[in-house]
Amino acid sequence: MTRYLGVDAISIALAVSLFGMVAAVLGVRRNSDRLIQASFAAMYTTFALLTVATVAMVYGLVTHDFSISYVSQVGSRSTPLFYTVISLWGALEGSILFWAWVLAMYGAAVVWLNRRHPGPLIPYTAATMLAVSIFFGILLRGPANPFREVFPVPLDGPGPNPLLQNHPLMGVHPPLLYLGYVGLTVPFAFAVGASLSGQLGSSEWLRLSRRWTLVSWMFLTAAIIAGMWWSYEVLGWGGYWAWDPVENASFMPWLTATAFLHSAILQERRGMLKLWNLNLIVATFVLTILGTFLTRSGVLSSVHAFTTGTIGYYFLAFIAVVILFAFALVAGNTESLRTRGNLDAVLSRDTIFLLNNLFLTAFTFTVLLGTLYPLVAEAIRGVKVSVGAPFFNKMTLPLCASLLFLMGVGPALPWRRATTEQAKRKLTLPTISAVVVAIISIALGTRAPYAVLAFAFGAFALTANLGEYALAVNARRRTHPESYLLALARLIRGNQRRYGGYLAHIGVVITAVAIAASSAFRSEYDATVRPGQVMNAGSFDVRLDQLWARDEPHRTVVGATLTILRGGQPVGEMQPRTNFYASQEDPVPTPAVRSRPAGDLYINLMAFAEDGSSATLRVIVEPLVPWIWFGGGVICMGALVSMLPGARRRREAEMPQLEEVPEYAA
Amino acid sequence: MNWKRASIAAAAGVPLIALLGFGLTRDPKVIPSPLPGREAPDFALRVFAPGDTASAPDATTASALADTIRLAALRGEVVVLNFWASWCAGCGVEHQALVSVARRYEGQGVRFVGVLYNDTLEPALRWIRRMGGQNYPSLQDDGSRTAIDYGLYGVPETFIIGPDGRVAYKHAGPVTEQLLIEKIEALRSAGTAPAAGS
Repeated sequence: MTRYLGVDAISIALAVSLFGMVAAVLGVRRNSDRLIQASFAAMYTTFALLTVATVAMVYGLVTHDFSISYVSQVGSRSTPLFYTVISLWGALEGSILFWAWVLAMYGAAVVWLNRRHPGPLIPYTAATMLAVSIFFGILLRGPANPFREVFPVPLDGPGPNPLLQNHPLMGVHPPLLYLGYVGLTVPFAFAVGASLSGQLGSSEWLRLSRRWTLVSWMFLTAAIIAGMWWSYEVLGWGGYWAWDPVENASFMPWLTATAFLHSAILQERRGMLKLWNLNLIVATFVLTILGTFLTRSGVLSSVHAFTTGTIGYYFLAFIAVVILFAFALVAGNTESLRTRGNLDAVLSRDTIFLLNNLFLTAFTFTVLLGTLYPLVAEAIRGVKVSVGAPFFNKMTLPLCASLLFLMGVGPALPWRRATTEQAKRKLTLPTISAVVVAIISIALGTRAPYAVLAFAFGAFALTANLGEYALAVNARRRTHPESYLLALARLIRGNQRRYGGYLAHIGVVITAVAIAASSAFRSEYDATVRPGQVMNAGSFDVRLDQLWARDEPHRTVVGATLTILRGGQPVGEMQPRTNFYASQEDPVPTPAVRSRPAGDLYINLMAFAEDGSSATLRVIVEPLVPWIWFGGGVICMGALVSMLPGARRRREAEMPQLEEVPEYAA
Repeated sequence: MNWKRASIAAAAGVPLIALLGFGLTRDPKVIPSPLPGREAPDFALRVFAPGDTASAPDATTASALADTIRLAALRGEVVVLNFWASWCAGCGVEHQALVSVARRYEGQGVRFVGVLYNDTLEPALRWIRRMGGQNYPSLQDDGSRTAIDYGLYGVPETFIIGPDGRVAYKHAGPVTEQLLIEKIEALRSAGTAPAAGS
């Protein structure tokens, strides 16, 4: 029953999307408000129907309805409920369904929040969203149909991929990623809408695009950080980023979206970079589709690759249409978007924004080159090569350092033109703190040049951004008798976009410094110990107390109980484990992590004697790792502050002449 | 919209699409080896497990092999060279396939040889017992020299060497019975197999 509900909902959603797209285009052409309203209704209906299909799938998973192909593929009676529910995105078909649902949700939200917006922009935007929906609808009715019938109905299934049922972060990372990734369709849809309605030169669509980019960017940031955290907690190598093709695929649109968030401000304020901004939006969307193609077609070898069938060819067709259309969109509009905005002065925030865009684009190209190079090499020279971390680190560390530096200079300089005097006044303190931090870190034995640079520029940017807060709070307190905290709160509410941005900068600095510290000062210790024996790991001693095994319904767990000693005193207990799943030959580790603000103690059970007589442990001491996740949280807070409707926006909304300007409570 | 410019730009996207399309035709998991088609690197290794065949192969080769097997001495026969280890999960998976195909071609000019990789003899012998025996000899490869000669990525890896001493086929990961038979038959029907076989 559930199966038919799901299949029918998807089929009707596909038909409704098709109708909606045609209605939107015809509605604009014929100037028919009824048709436009019908297309909006189609968008909502698509969302409702895909919600039904998604709920049906979750219901099928929870009730172990193995007559549904997807359930028989990832479900198992012994899997805990939580992992059963989240296996919705644990394999190909389910993740496509989830994707389509998120896309429809965004589409419905865009249409609903802008339904009173006059002109052809929103109908065309809706048509674009529906067009993308149609593609996913076709996938769901064709090669990625999660509701195929299985007969005879199996009694039990294999359960989800063990790696995906090993940590609760699997319930967080994928949905955040989809929210970020899929959300980047919205700015693109606005760009297409603006192009079709001849409004590319106006700032209206740009403002909308930036707002929605910010929403997606926030989710994408959170998703990337959560993904790093997951790989750190699950994969057992004590690292969080490996320049895996799929990590790169999520990172590239993040880079271009970051660039756009900055350059859009330049267009808003100065009317500059119109064509460039269109480029960034289009590139961001193309990169998300490229990323999806790489993940879902098995073109590149990756931990994220799903098993594939013919779906790769559908994606290829889609990506071909998108690329051709996107290139044409940009090139076809070059003339109308040519702007003559010149920089007033070299020393200005404008220049810093341009440099920021330059570096972020160079960063994107580097990552793209490294990701696609194996494919190019095989196509041209017929050889298999792999591009690893050394390439990426070598190429991107200078860019990272430069971006950190710019993050300090930008906020300190005014728009248009800064005097040397201004620059000096604002940048003296940051420069001093950078020099002091550099000297201290070298004195304390930091030898990696990029770690020193990261610390120094981190201090520079942190001081500069905090300084902006401090200056403004002090200025406010001179005119308003308020406490510091209240002054800070009112200050932020007065200009959320600016101070949210600075907060995001502070988050980036925290994350960057923590990454630099954890990789520069990481130390590893390996030893095989017998119960009762102690191994040394820097300032810690690790004693193996016991090796144990436990049978769970869906797996067998072998674990080591360890006592952590510091200066001879026990400070805690840790239990690294290794899990053996029936469905997979290789065991899946669950390293034990002891997190403290100063850093992590990370222990992985590498091997053990079957009779329990010895265990091989890898102990990794990594300073500052928790600050990576914390910094990620701060970045997202910054984005949230920037986009929530604030005092200024509310005042605007109350003004009657601006009534048609919609409120965005994203 | 400037359609001329737009179409030129769109054409610029074609190579990228072609590249991605090319990617679809490739399997990224296939690890290339320069060995197939070339002469198999020779080795002379000590036998640590003689193989427990009920009916021993003909006495002459058995004595010639004694406690050392030299690849060059097996010229004229199809050799299935399997690298394995007791700690390797995939080796347990393919063990039955190797044993039963070895039995099927017993005395037909097809020689199975195991080479132990990064392992010690005691657990290796215990592994053979636990797997229910191995009906072909296994060799010890001290210092992994032979494994290095063969460019081993990991275990299990299987090389099928033709009667001409050239590597005909290389397989990474567990082999199946069907695959082994298919490759062996292809070599035998190529006409180079000794008459004794067919």
